[in-house]
Amino acid sequence: MSASTAPTALPAAESPTRRAIKRFLRHRLAVFGLVVVVLFVAVAILAPLIAPYDPLQTSWSRIRKPPSFDHWMGTDENGRDVLSRVIWGARASMMAGVISVLGALAIGVPLGLLAGLAGGWVDAVISRVADAMLSVPFLILAIALAAFLGPALENAMIAIAVTASPVFVRLSRGMALDAKATDWIEAARALGNPPWRTAFVHVLPNIVPPLLVQASLAIAEAIIAEAALSFLGLGMQPPNPSWGSMLNSSQRFLTQAPWLSIFPGVTIMIVVLAFNLMGDGLRDALDPRADKT
Amino acid sequence: MGIWLLRRVGQVIPTLLILSILIFGLQQLMPGDPAVILAGEERGDPAVLAQIRAELGLDRPIWQQYLLWMGKVLTGDFGFSWRIRVPVSELILTKLPVTFQLASMAFIIAILIGVPLGILSAVRKDTPSDWAANGAALFGVSTPNFWLGIMMILLFSVELGWLPPSGYVPLFEDPVQSLSTTIMPAFVLGTGVASVLMRHTRAAMLTALSQDYVRTARAKGLKERVVIWKHALRNALIPVVTLGAIEFGRLLAGAVLTEQIFTIPGFGKLIVDAVFNRDYPVVQGVVMATALIFVTLSLLTDLLYMAINPRLRNA
Repeated sequence: MSASTAPTALPAAESPTRRAIKRFLRHRLAVFGLVVVVLFVAVAILAPLIAPYDPLQTSWSRIRKPPSFDHWMGTDENGRDVLSRVIWGARASMMAGVISVLGALAIGVPLGLLAGLAGGWVDAVISRVADAMLSVPFLILAIALAAFLGPALENAMIAIAVTASPVFVRLSRGMALDAKATDWIEAARALGNPPWRTAFVHVLPNIVPPLLVQASLAIAEAIIAEAALSFLGLGMQPPNPSWGSMLNSSQRFLTQAPWLSIFPGVTIMIVVLAFNLMGDGLRDALDPRADKT
Repeated sequence: MGIWLLRRVGQVIPTLLILSILIFGLQQLMPGDPAVILAGEERGDPAVLAQIRAELGLDRPIWQQYLLWMGKVLTGDFGFSWRIRVPVSELILTKLPVTFQLASMAFIIAILIGVPLGILSAVRKDTPSDWAANGAALFGVSTPNFWLGIMMILLFSVELGWLPPSGYVPLFEDPVQSLSTTIMPAFVLGTGVASVLMRHTRAAMLTALSQDYVRTARAKGLKERVVIWKHALRNALIPVVTLGAIEFGRLLAGAVLTEQIFTIPGFGKLIVDAVFNRDYPVVQGVVMATALIFVTLSLLTDLLYMAINPRLRNA
């Protein structure tokens, strides 16, 4: 336990974190994904500064104008600037993606750790509830939940968080079970650590890598889910912009104003693609089996 | 085998039971009083409200309401639609064949695209064909299928005028018309699953190709074509087939938005319309029915897995 027992002759070893970062950076597509994600986070945060127009300002003289130098993505059925709405829409989408996955982590991880470490009937109850939720396709459950909560962006985020949490319950339960069988958890318990301390100080840090991978892939799914719910009218409410609700209203003008459907959709695709690339890269970088190379 | 099946079914029952409690519990989240929603114009009349509450059992304690509801669900009675006064089970049964047709076509498309691409990219690993197939799969999982649907309508209906943008004709009424109304939505639905199938086929093929029996087959001097199709593929398909069954269930969920875009009167449109009309018994019924289908599918998957993998038969 004391530092003096550590062999001093060895050169300072590279930390696993550094090695993982190095591996991630070698993965060109993953870095590209990360750059795009950072870019969109910046766009979401800086929306008020970079949006060329007020996303809510309607204009009678500029209704459904195709893309031009003044309006790069054209204007919509109320004469609002589409580019500005896409930029502000990034707020809704990124926020929904990140917050709902954080929510799913906050619900799923403690329950999963509890189930895995406590075992017995606690495990049985938590696991059965997670199984039950996983037996309904993600989107259908989210739609049902959002429908009962009422249409609003916050409710859509709650619905996505709750429906995405069973995946994290399963993941952290599995990792907790693995950890329980190791010597260092045995040692932590033998030293008299209370169970909650064992869970959060000794188990949690070791399951961060797989959680990180799963979370970045879950954000991609959550962004699509938020767009889907907003598309159905269950998320962001008009006139506030979100990519899904823009697609919803664009459908009526498909023949006259196709640009209204093209730009928000391309944007969703790029962001989701970026999170998927980043997640794949993280998986490769954090997978200890890849250590050999 | 028989005991295994019983045990497997035994696992399913608590899952469905808990789900039924969750679905019933959803109703408690609902803003507003259902009796007031149902009463409509007469919402000011306390006698009408009391009558509705008594009829639906809303005046009883919550656990009694649950048991009442559950008892009916067990006999296949999901209540009646608040909006159109039709039994929910009837609605589900009339809409399900439509979605089933759509999902089956989507599934066929997914297999026709996903499996050959997976084989190709495994056999030609680290070549441009492999990268292209992987790239296509990545786009497939990253594109929201409702947007893909809108884009296809834009191209094939608005620009080219080849296919009707919406509507549905039942298969047995006019097969040609039916196919022309469902081919676009089926393709849209199928692409996401095709991407998943492609990735799994690729992974399974790569594993199979690195096995000793493949090396033996090659060492025997068999043609590469025979090695790939007879030796590697047969073994690689085992995990792919079982995954396919689960993916079929996912198609039901994907159908929600696809049917909405192409105005196809199926299962997915049923739940969305029910959500808009605040027709909660229909929402509950559809979610419960989906879970039943899903659980049944994964049960069938396990059986299928045993059927094609002889090593598991005696386990």
